[in-house]
Amino acid sequence: MPSIEKTSALSFQELLFRLQSFWAERGCVLQQPYDVEVGAGTMSPDTFLRVLGPRPWRVAYAQPSRRPADGRYGENPNRLFKHTQLQVILKPPPDDIQEVYLQSLVAIGIDLRQHDIKFEEDNWESPTLGAWGIGWQVMLDGLEITQFTYFQQCGGIDLDPIAGEITYGLERIAAFLQDVDSIYDIVWAREPDTGRETSYGEVRLAEELQFSVYNFEMADVDKLWKHLELYESESQSLLDESRKLNEANQDAIAAGGEKPWKSFPVLPAFDLCLKCSHLFNLLDARGAISVTERVGVIARIRALAVGVAKAYAAQQGA
Amino acid sequence: MSDFLFEIGLEEVPARMIAAAQAELQKRVLSLLDRERLLAPTHTAASFSTPRRLAVLITGVLPRQQDVEELLTGPSAKVAFKDGQPTAAAEAFAKKAGVPTADLKTITNAKGEYLAATVKRTGRAAAAVLTAELPKEIAGLYWAKNMYWRAGKPERFVRPVKWLLALLDSAVVPVEYAGITASNSTRGHRILHGDTPIKINAPMDYEKFLEAAHVIADVAVRRHKIRKALDAVKPKGTRWREDEDLVETMTHHTEWPSVLLGNFDPEFLPLGKQALPDEVLVTVMRDHQKYFAVEDNEHKLAPHFLAVLNTEADEAGLAIIRHGNERVLRARFNDARFFWDVDQKIPLTQRVEMLKSVTFQKDLGTYQAKTERVVALTGELGEVAEKNGAPLDQIAVVEAALLAKTDLTAELVKEFTELQGIVGGLYAQTQGHGQAVAAAIYSQYKPASMEDTIPSTPEGQLLAIADKADTIAGMFSINLQPTGSKDPFALRRAANGIVKILAEGTLPLTLETIRKSAAGQFQKSLDEKLKSDLISFFTERIQFYLRDVRGYAYDVANAVLSTGADDVKDALGRAAAVTEVRSSDDFSAIAAAFKRMKNILQQAKDKGDTAATSLDPTLFTDDAEELLAASAKKVTAQITPLIQNKDYVAALKSIVSLRPQVDAFFDAVMVMAPEPAVRANRLALLQNLLSNFTRIADFSEIVTAG
Repeated sequence: MPSIEKTSALSFQELLFRLQSFWAERGCVLQQPYDVEVGAGTMSPDTFLRVLGPRPWRVAYAQPSRRPADGRYGENPNRLFKHTQLQVILKPPPDDIQEVYLQSLVAIGIDLRQHDIKFEEDNWESPTLGAWGIGWQVMLDGLEITQFTYFQQCGGIDLDPIAGEITYGLERIAAFLQDVDSIYDIVWAREPDTGRETSYGEVRLAEELQFSVYNFEMADVDKLWKHLELYESESQSLLDESRKLNEANQDAIAAGGEKPWKSFPVLPAFDLCLKCSHLFNLLDARGAISVTERVGVIARIRALAVGVAKAYAAQQGA
Repeated sequence: MSDFLFEIGLEEVPARMIAAAQAELQKRVLSLLDRERLLAPTHTAASFSTPRRLAVLITGVLPRQQDVEELLTGPSAKVAFKDGQPTAAAEAFAKKAGVPTADLKTITNAKGEYLAATVKRTGRAAAAVLTAELPKEIAGLYWAKNMYWRAGKPERFVRPVKWLLALLDSAVVPVEYAGITASNSTRGHRILHGDTPIKINAPMDYEKFLEAAHVIADVAVRRHKIRKALDAVKPKGTRWREDEDLVETMTHHTEWPSVLLGNFDPEFLPLGKQALPDEVLVTVMRDHQKYFAVEDNEHKLAPHFLAVLNTEADEAGLAIIRHGNERVLRARFNDARFFWDVDQKIPLTQRVEMLKSVTFQKDLGTYQAKTERVVALTGELGEVAEKNGAPLDQIAVVEAALLAKTDLTAELVKEFTELQGIVGGLYAQTQGHGQAVAAAIYSQYKPASMEDTIPSTPEGQLLAIADKADTIAGMFSINLQPTGSKDPFALRRAANGIVKILAEGTLPLTLETIRKSAAGQFQKSLDEKLKSDLISFFTERIQFYLRDVRGYAYDVANAVLSTGADDVKDALGRAAAVTEVRSSDDFSAIAAAFKRMKNILQQAKDKGDTAATSLDPTLFTDDAEELLAASAKKVTAQITPLIQNKDYVAALKSIVSLRPQVDAFFDAVMVMAPEPAVRANRLALLQNLLSNFTRIADFSEIVTAG
């Protein structure tokens, strides 16, 4: 027996609308997906950078998240190279954050009394981002539908206040609500007048297939390495420059003047860092990163992320 | 006397941490009350927990501390009075003690006459003490992983604290922690009760009121309810697979548990079109979904599962929840089947090459390098074992060693890491590598603990030993041996495994052979310090095995190991023999005598006296001396074949039979005779006795009474 009549179940895009309006009504800024490749919503500057420092921040956005190694040529009904997260950041987290979260489930048509919901320990850590948090995976009838994290550290910096992060796996939730066994069978949109449905597969299958071929077979390893080096050096030189400027600025403030530090491109340095992270993932999927190199490359990207976080925090404090 | 109820309300606490925290909270509250003299002798204590709360209920709490009188000692009488008048020193003491100068008195103690004051301390009310002291106990609770949540980071706790409840009889004790002041309210089940607070009138109402709000606070009651429900819900003619750990986990995952029966497609069972091995089915159900597996009367998996819910739904709700859980399980099984099929496209033999890109340890290289070493090691050890008469399919062991780690590249193992080895074994079987090879790969990580069984085949035992020995030798070679309580690579567990396999398996190998052979596979040879560290590391493990796993007394273990710790089975036999004979009086006496001999020899050595190189009967001056030498010779002849045949009990009994002669010797003879030649001869006699009769155990290690 389906959980909800198929015809009345939310389409993929309705699910997104509902969650977005739910969080907008609770004071979140609705952001658009970040337009640089990321592996998770956490990596968007709207999370990674905004959780730093004392300023309150509430945001919600859908984030297509690319994990090249997870691609399955569109053959596996449960795995995607690119899935969609709905990311919510509440900084500081309200006291009733769990209750509000449960209300968001009601908002997408889940009758809490007719389901089994558990908050199971699941802490989150990203060595590449110098970030970690404490939290749960939220289980709905045995399905992990949300990652719920209280961020403790980001870019190697202790957070105060901390931030609450709620990450919904939209494909999983949609497949659950629509009771379909394959992600590709999810109804993405339904024409109101004709009832004609467009499936997730129609929208995305070709992309999954082609990117799997590219990521696993055709991406040019030498060029990927070159791109990685170029982006890294660009990001690094910006960070070097930012450090000098920040120090000079401290002196200048002490001397009563101020240098143009606030306008310094820390945010672009972060985009460049994200590029590196994605290229690393591509090289990894391509099987091109040897054992010895792997740890080293992760450390290089972490150095950029931590450098950006420091520069950003300094800039905010200035 | 009063009842005290204290509850900490929390966001969901990790299941694995709850039991310890519950016990610690009870202990802390009890010892606080005890320390503060607030506990009646007849008190009782009970504690409760759910994912959202820890609580303790104590009866027999005194409403207030008793007033006490205390005698304070001040300055000496000499200083305190001058011409019969109190001095400034006396006044200062009176002020400090809070009594009028006139109430001071003089006492006489060991040091002389001193000023003293009797001070009355008014007992504080229990509520006041608890309000002041309890917050420290809350803050002191141990959590394996903590978090900050409030701005300014004033405190860390396992999860945010949501409420506090503290009731002394019907009065609220305003304990404060994390910006929350305790009240008389608690919360019920998140969904079944909702957010409305529940007022508790008196501590004794706690369980009852919570139950009405769909929370079973008593862990034992919840556990029982889960077990009962599992029994009740399972289909007729089946049983749920007993799993205490899972019962415990689910007990700490729920406030109001119920059990749901779900089904899966029988095509996933062996012989089905989508067949997956039991190991995979059970791992998915138990480890990933926390479901109980169900089996038929012949212990074969049945196409059902039992899920423990944290709710109570009506028929319609249950149907929805069942449907959801079945859907998830189906997807998981399909995934596993997908990975299984994908993995078959690259046979294990082709995966050996792929191990080049899987790190074993950064300084020890890849799993390919490890594979090469373990292949060589199994070859060497296999030869020794075969020479020592063990039936062993050497070709199969080497083949198994070559393929042992290839499953690390398999999609199924990347998905279910806990199935490494097992998946390799199953694939080897599917890919026609033969039963001996498949079984060895399958069981290479056994024993996982001292409770686990060892690999059942000699090939499996050899591979398991070689794999572990390689890891141990490798880590030692780069100075990553365990230190103190730190053992990040679980080398102790690995070495325990080797000892257990040697003790309980069929391989005639010594630890020395294994150690040397394993260390020999590394280019850089171990320096002397590391070599001796490695020896003592293994000696500690065999000691652990003898004592903690087999239950031998520590002195027996020491006695046996001092005369050899390389042959595990032999050490076990010797320990059993020593244990059998040690209770006799004669044995204690002989053990004491051997200890005495050892001391005499040591003292002689310290003085520069050496034993004669051989025994000279012409230098005997006493009958007792002669008799002992003759009996010793006879016993030596008796025990040599006994020891060879490992009949250690008979050999020990024969040694023990020397008691009268030994006693007579020590009664009549002074070893350290003035005449140097006689002395050296007597020392030689003792030396002989010691070296001949401590081949089974060093008796001087045996603790004797008196």
